[in-house]
Amino acid sequence: MNSKTQKLIPQGKYDVANPHTGQAWVYTDMVKDHFFHPRNILLEEPKDGEFDAVGEVGSPACGDMMRMWLKIDPKSERIIALKWKTFGCGSAIAATSMYSEMLTENGGITLSDALNVTPKQIMERLGGLPDRKIHCSVLADKAFLKTANTYFRNTGQHERIRTQGARVIDEDLHITDHDIEEAVLEGARTVDEVQKRLKVGIGNPAAIAAVEELIRFYVEKYYG
Amino acid sequence: MKHVYLDHAAATPLDPRVREAMEPYFTEQFGNPSSIYTSGRIVKKALADARDRIAHIIGSKADEIIFTSGGTESDALALFGVMKMYGGALITSPTEHHAVLHNAEVLAKDGTPVHFVRVHEDGDIDYRHLEELINDDVTLLSFMYANNEIGTVIDLERVADLVRRVRKNRTERSVERPLILHTDACQASGQLPLDVRKLGVDMMTLNGSKMYGPKGVGMLYVRKGIRLAPLWHGGGQERRLRSGTENVPGIMGFARAFEITEESRVTEVERLTELRDMLISGILERVPKTVLNGAAHNTQRLANNVNVSILDIEGEALLLYLDAAGIEASTGSACDSETLDPSHVILALGKPYEFAHASMRFTLGRSTTAEDISYVLDILPECVNKLRAISPITVDVTSKNMSHASAFAGDGLPHWERNKKLDSGFRMQDARNDIRPQLKNS
Repeated sequence: MNSKTQKLIPQGKYDVANPHTGQAWVYTDMVKDHFFHPRNILLEEPKDGEFDAVGEVGSPACGDMMRMWLKIDPKSERIIALKWKTFGCGSAIAATSMYSEMLTENGGITLSDALNVTPKQIMERLGGLPDRKIHCSVLADKAFLKTANTYFRNTGQHERIRTQGARVIDEDLHITDHDIEEAVLEGARTVDEVQKRLKVGIGNPAAIAAVEELIRFYVEKYYG
Repeated sequence: MKHVYLDHAAATPLDPRVREAMEPYFTEQFGNPSSIYTSGRIVKKALADARDRIAHIIGSKADEIIFTSGGTESDALALFGVMKMYGGALITSPTEHHAVLHNAEVLAKDGTPVHFVRVHEDGDIDYRHLEELINDDVTLLSFMYANNEIGTVIDLERVADLVRRVRKNRTERSVERPLILHTDACQASGQLPLDVRKLGVDMMTLNGSKMYGPKGVGMLYVRKGIRLAPLWHGGGQERRLRSGTENVPGIMGFARAFEITEESRVTEVERLTELRDMLISGILERVPKTVLNGAAHNTQRLANNVNVSILDIEGEALLLYLDAAGIEASTGSACDSETLDPSHVILALGKPYEFAHASMRFTLGRSTTAEDISYVLDILPECVNKLRAISPITVDVTSKNMSHASAFAGDGLPHWERNKKLDSGFRMQDARNDIRPQLKNS
């Protein structure tokens, strides 16, 4: 066992073993703490006006869904409260709990700073997650973007809305940047692997260059 | 902390008596059974003896048994072996183990027509539909005896009857194509009688790791007269069907494990059935919004299998909460699978994706006690309540429809289906559309 694996797989009992592959995952104490004691959960239906915006992403059919409620101090734009609920796996729960803490601790960070918090920073605070579980953990970031956009819309700040509309990379094959993102989160790291996951052969050289660029972008974003 | 292992369908602990039977064949009797000198002959004899004992249990001849590396290899040998030798078409079901489905997929890509029989909501196959599907082109039927996820036991004898009728009819019309019935009976071992003549099967897959034997060893029963193309070639062991030096300690352990399992089968099934029903009724009583997956009827469900969808929460999260309390089970949630796909079995039953993500399987075994079941029934509701408190959704228990397409990002399909739809030939989606044609419009 080299030093790198040793660092990734501490000695002792594994937390979860995949019965199909025998692959074992170990969660850090921080992940476990947030998973078993999630912070900032919304436990009762909110009263009218209690929050400034609500946002939701994912779907229970996909196996993960997130709803968020946001309260902002209008003058300082600091986040007073960020509450959430999720239908999601262990990693989704732990990551969202940590994310909600990062945005609200010490009196809360500003909305602009919050929008710059990356999934990578959440992972760092959690002490890491197994690569294949990062897929489940980007939900918090996406749900917050949507919630923030609702806030901007509600307060008439339309110029601040950031959209995540799909950008078509290959017209013929209808491949969008979202497809590439999904493929990277599922483990693809090369154009070949992306093509294999999408079950298409990309022939257009311009599209290949764009796919390569997007792979680099998403790998850096989630795993860098 | 209490430790309750309820995943016996995934793996069983090695019986100490099995270990004892294996022990001499690691260092003392290490000879190669193909060698003609004394140490080779001793091992060869032991191997023949093991084969005889297994043949006795399944009511076959000794030379109808091919030892393999386990269930997956046996299934692959059955499928590729028959299809390469005889050609024609294959019929299987959408609830099969991946060892059958993924090999059927490869055959389909190489041009073999693969048909899927419809399955009912309880996981049983539609026997009338099967009859319709068997045309003169069909060579092989492959159905698992008992489903590994939901424990549904099919009526193999009924399928065998149908096969015999079709064969007779083909002979009368001078149609030369054979019709061969294969079953994967890995989950049935230790629970159901496995007499191949009585069942009427032509090929049967079994493995050691589900019967308190070693992992990495299994067998394929192949009725005399059926020819197979081997998966690979070499020294010509196992009647040239499975080249490679025999896994002697494994085979000795497999034979001993099978004997022990068979001896205790009837009493153990009785004991497990009681515990299973205690767990099922306890969960349904104490955890609201829970649905039993698989057959409710006693004879159609494995004595050790409980599979429930606990709605509004995701299976992997629940699995981790249970694990923290020392309870080990498994889930059909996408998050717990290597491919990030939810259970194809639960989906094939016509249940929505939400039911698959929320499915939990508890499989009981020799070590399971009534105390274990009570412990689970104490812990489970607490874990479910915690996770439901943080869940934003409420799924309708009576929901039958697939989730609405707009629920999915991209082009209206979840990622695992999107990837498949461009694939040519074989599609699981086809199998499901067959089952639920009404969904095509939704």
